[in-house]
Amino acid sequence: MDSARKQAQERLAAMGLPQRRDEYWKYTRPDLLTTDDVAPAAILNLDEAPLFDAIDRLKIVFVDGVFDADASDDLSMAGIEIALLQDAPDWADALYGTLEAAGQTPVARPLAALNSANAREGVVIRATGKAAKPVSMIYVRKSEASDVMLHHVIRVEEGADLTILENGPAAARFNSVMEVDIADKGAFHHVRAMGRDHERRAATHIFGRLGHESKFKSFTMTVNGKLTRNEVVLELTGNDAIAHIAGAAMGDGDFLHDDTVFITHDSLNCESRQVFKKVLRNGATGVFQGKILVKAGAQKTDGYQMSQSLLLDDEAQFFGKPELEIYADDVMCSHGSTTGAIDDEAMYYLRSRGVPKVDAQDMLVLAFMADAIDEIEDEAIADDIRTRLEGWLARHRG
Amino acid sequence: MLKINNLHVKLEDEDKQILKGVDLEVGPGQVHAIMGPNGSGKSTLSYVLSGRDGYEVTEGTATLDGIDLLDLDPEERAAKGLFLAFQYPVEIPGVGNMTFLRTAVNAQRKARGEEELSAGEFLKVIRAKAKTLKIDADMLKRPVNVGFSGGEKKRNEILQMAMLEPKMCILDETDSGLDVDAMKLVSEGVNALRDGKRSFLVITHYQRLLDHIKPDVVHIMANGRIIKSGGPDLALEVEHNGYADILAEVA
Repeated sequence: MDSARKQAQERLAAMGLPQRRDEYWKYTRPDLLTTDDVAPAAILNLDEAPLFDAIDRLKIVFVDGVFDADASDDLSMAGIEIALLQDAPDWADALYGTLEAAGQTPVARPLAALNSANAREGVVIRATGKAAKPVSMIYVRKSEASDVMLHHVIRVEEGADLTILENGPAAARFNSVMEVDIADKGAFHHVRAMGRDHERRAATHIFGRLGHESKFKSFTMTVNGKLTRNEVVLELTGNDAIAHIAGAAMGDGDFLHDDTVFITHDSLNCESRQVFKKVLRNGATGVFQGKILVKAGAQKTDGYQMSQSLLLDDEAQFFGKPELEIYADDVMCSHGSTTGAIDDEAMYYLRSRGVPKVDAQDMLVLAFMADAIDEIEDEAIADDIRTRLEGWLARHRG
Repeated sequence: MLKINNLHVKLEDEDKQILKGVDLEVGPGQVHAIMGPNGSGKSTLSYVLSGRDGYEVTEGTATLDGIDLLDLDPEERAAKGLFLAFQYPVEIPGVGNMTFLRTAVNAQRKARGEEELSAGEFLKVIRAKAKTLKIDADMLKRPVNVGFSGGEKKRNEILQMAMLEPKMCILDETDSGLDVDAMKLVSEGVNALRDGKRSFLVITHYQRLLDHIKPDVVHIMANGRIIKSGGPDLALEVEHNGYADILAEVA
């Protein structure tokens, strides 16, 4: 792993830290993620049940970025092997940094290289069969000015099935990388909720490689946070693979959420879907930069990209940059990006039936989010996410 | 029940007067019909009564059991017992029909200080009412009006009316887009709600709806005013001779 870290350091030195002038950092201020000094972020205390509380899951707890054995469950479960990054077995050692490195072209992702070069904590997970229950990573925060890097390495073996949950405030500044290698017919499900501390900053990266007939599904909920940059970089290398990435973000005030996605289709008959929804108000900003690259020969590709934002007032803003780059001639690729306000007709209809204005607006906001939440296959997990969004809406009325 | 007095309404964004002094009184248990040529202001009247944005009342009043409607938000008017069956029911993707109805029913009950219906109680009631309107479980589960045919949308309006049990029902061209069978079904749904106390204001272009929903009084509206009122025969007269004679007579 030392050599992988050294190589990552060299990659980083060659590309440099992200700058505002970089094409993919036009809308999002990179300096909040790169300065030497880490500004503190107040810890938010809300009196509500922890997320995923009722879900039967294997808990892995990190406190300020350090594994907490006492708070975590025993790291053994039928169908999977789990180890800490520092105890990584050979397969993980060999994989560490490789998907991140592959994901650096054609677009540089310096913060991911920074992570590979410096991260010392994380978990490595190998699914060999159907995991008995989800692996739930919980990122607890105790320090006001924590600066945390985590790096997870995941391998889903042939025909195996793994669900990863992530939630918790994590850090004042959080940088994470998750490398996910999915073998033929493997299935990977991922549901996460970003930290809700208002001043926290986060840059997360998922690098995935998909084999034949494999499946990758990821959903992220973001409410609050000063800055969130979530990058997902996938390469569909096997035929008949499916990749779905979804996100629901709600921001009120000093909030910027950036989804930057790059999907490369490099084989036959694969499907990719991007479904991103953002509800913004009171100066909150949303960014979507999504690209589908269909390589020559990747015939019968079905690529779909949707990014929608709902602006609840005139101060909110959204920047969208959908990109399609296609070198095969028998493909279906489309994208849709919309920005709009609450539908007046729908509001009137609901209110004329007796639903008060605030409730009608909440109903329409949740309805707007539905397509993204529907990407979560597990109903109990999806319900938890809905409840969280409802709770946020109830706290952010008026 | 419903009392409209000298109602003048203009568009909010335009200097265009639409209603120019409407007078109308619907008593308890009565069915009144409003007919009239296109652009006479019939739909505007229904929108203004239910509280849609975009209109400005420049003169006159509208009260329901003595309560000034024009001062209330749409949801407050609904809670007071006013219901408008839309000419074009709105599609709301992402909101389940059942969820919508339960939220609406309970919001109104809450506004009136009544106890909310539990999920179980609600389900029992809605199943029975949906059945008589031939609304199947699938339609209840689907998002509000999304993918519904014209007839399904109108039946869904009547289902909402049946669930919300309003005092004063306004039906805005409920017959538009309905075939004969659907019209019969919808009319039966409406007639089932007639109990001697509940009142109806039926806006329509065609007399045929009034064969099914028998009115006590028929009004002819033209150019923003009610120009003639009479019994059910007035509708038949319109059906046979059109509006030209009546318009000429009044002019």
